[in-house]
Amino acid sequence: MPLLSARNLRKKYGDTEVVRGLDLDIEAGECFGLIGPNGAGKTTTLKMLLGLIAPDGGSIEILGTPVPLRGREARLRIGVVPQMDNLDPDFSVRENLLVYGRYFGMADSLIESRVPALLEFAGLASKADARITTLSGGMKRRLTLARALVNDPELIVLDEPTTGLDPQARHVIWQGLRRLISQGKTILLTTHFMEEAERLCDRLVIIDHGTAIAHGSPRDMIAAEIEPDVMEIYGERVADWGEQYGTTLCERFEITGETLFCYTRDCGRVLDQLRAQHTLRYLHRPSNLEDVFLKFTGRELRD
Amino acid sequence: MSLHDFTRPRLSLRFVPVWRRHFLVWRKLALSSILGNLADPMLYMLGFGYGLGSLMPEVGGARYITFLAAGTVCYSTMNSATFEVLYSGFSRMHVQKTWDAILNAPLNLDDVMLAELTWGASKSLLSGVAILAVIWALGLQASWLLSLWVLPVVILIGLTFSAMGLVMTALSPSYDFFMYYFTLVITPMVLLCGVFYPVDRLPDFLQIAAAFLPLSHAIDLVRPLILGEVPAHIFRHVAALLAWGGVSYWLAVGFTRRRLLK
Ligand SMILES: Nc1ncnc2c1ncn2[C@@H]1O[C@H](COP(=O)(O)OP(=O)(O)O)[C@@H](O)[C@H]1O
Ligand SMILES: [Mg+2]
Repeated sequence: MPLLSARNLRKKYGDTEVVRGLDLDIEAGECFGLIGPNGAGKTTTLKMLLGLIAPDGGSIEILGTPVPLRGREARLRIGVVPQMDNLDPDFSVRENLLVYGRYFGMADSLIESRVPALLEFAGLASKADARITTLSGGMKRRLTLARALVNDPELIVLDEPTTGLDPQARHVIWQGLRRLISQGKTILLTTHFMEEAERLCDRLVIIDHGTAIAHGSPRDMIAAEIEPDVMEIYGERVADWGEQYGTTLCERFEITGETLFCYTRDCGRVLDQLRAQHTLRYLHRPSNLEDVFLKFTGRELRD
Repeated sequence: MSLHDFTRPRLSLRFVPVWRRHFLVWRKLALSSILGNLADPMLYMLGFGYGLGSLMPEVGGARYITFLAAGTVCYSTMNSATFEVLYSGFSRMHVQKTWDAILNAPLNLDDVMLAELTWGASKSLLSGVAILAVIWALGLQASWLLSLWVLPVVILIGLTFSAMGLVMTALSPSYDFFMYYFTLVITPMVLLCGVFYPVDRLPDFLQIAAAFLPLSHAIDLVRPLILGEVPAHIFRHVAALLAWGGVSYWLAVGFTRRRLLK
């Protein structure tokens, strides 16, 4: 039986349905990604799964507990990293963990016995008594993650855990998440960083406008949906190049601004052509999850 | 508007850790806040009490300072509860997102609201007690024993005005909104309900209006206790404060659910 299963989830705001019949099954011990552009309905979906807002339709069961009916009980065994940091700015690092543990009905002695390991996990052992306002963005995020672990949850839910972090800080969070996965925790994360999803997730679902448009393991999805090679071609005249060679040399190509993405199974011919000219720069790379994502969600801007 | 949001507020002891959180924040910032919260009403009470009091032989059958001190206990309790749930409560709900963090834990919005209600009352108890302490220090009370009964009344006043304030917090789009509550509700109530002068000095129609207001009931309980008398109509006044508080709390929880749980 899956650790989390949701059937035909629906949520309406006003006249717009922002989640439209979503099905999810998450197995114990896996890292599952809910990915989609801004406004796709990721946060709304997580809030329904946590029992914080009532769905307009569908059913949810987490750890054998029906949600939202018994959402409070389900949350006893879940750790949550919200999209926006909401640490207590008046407290020290240690006090944030202590106060949060109390919300789970834990005795102070139990929480205090867990604090050193949590601080070590977050790389904040030397900051135990620092005020939150003195922490960097990355430190706050790590503390929020540690706070989500105070109840030793079976499921950890993270809403865009690395948005707004610099690459160094992002890698530290990824390390932490990998450690949790290796400890057997189940992870549900949302992100719009495809690199993050590709690195961490065993399986994922791409959603847009509240519906699932593709799902599977990152590797399978890339293999199934995208040609193995991508040639990114840059320059003012890429449109001309596309017109001349696009349909013959590429299986599929797309142009945004001054970049042309040429998807191909035979990169040799494209490379030969590009080497023979001098006006366009190019980059040859294997296809990745971002290509899958853009194929399904399009390249136009979201806000 | 869904009536579903307005089902009975659930009361559970799960609010206690949230109350402790507010208490811990307060303890850290206590010194500065105590001075600001407590000094102000005391200075007014002493200044007006002795300054104006020297011009008046007796007000309502007592020295003016005593008359005013009893009113100030209620006034200060009301103000302190109101400020806490409006400004600090709004910050916790909307600005600092403290409530969001709490709701991700195994607590419900009703638990968070109960913590706000009891915390507002706790902070206002401190304000009421501070004025009471001045009363004791100056020996204004006629009877020690009766003046001790002011304490439970102060708790009731704090709960009532916290609940009323929480309705505003639930409906407010921003801090600016709270000015209306002070200008349209709190200040008129202070002027109508006999904090500074006896209500029977007002025109009849204002007296009738004042009789319904919660601050009147609070003062009708506290002032006799300071003057050494058992209040008349205790049941009616307690019931009125409970009704104002109960209905307000019910509405506040309903409006807050509607605001946040969608
Ligand atoms: N409380 C709300 N009221 C009205 N619309 C909302 C509310 N919350 C989210 N939305 C809308 O629902 C859509 C999905 O939002 P969200 O789940 O936050 O997307 P994501 O997390 O994928 O960026 C967006 O169009 C957003 O504007
Ligand atoms: Mg979101």
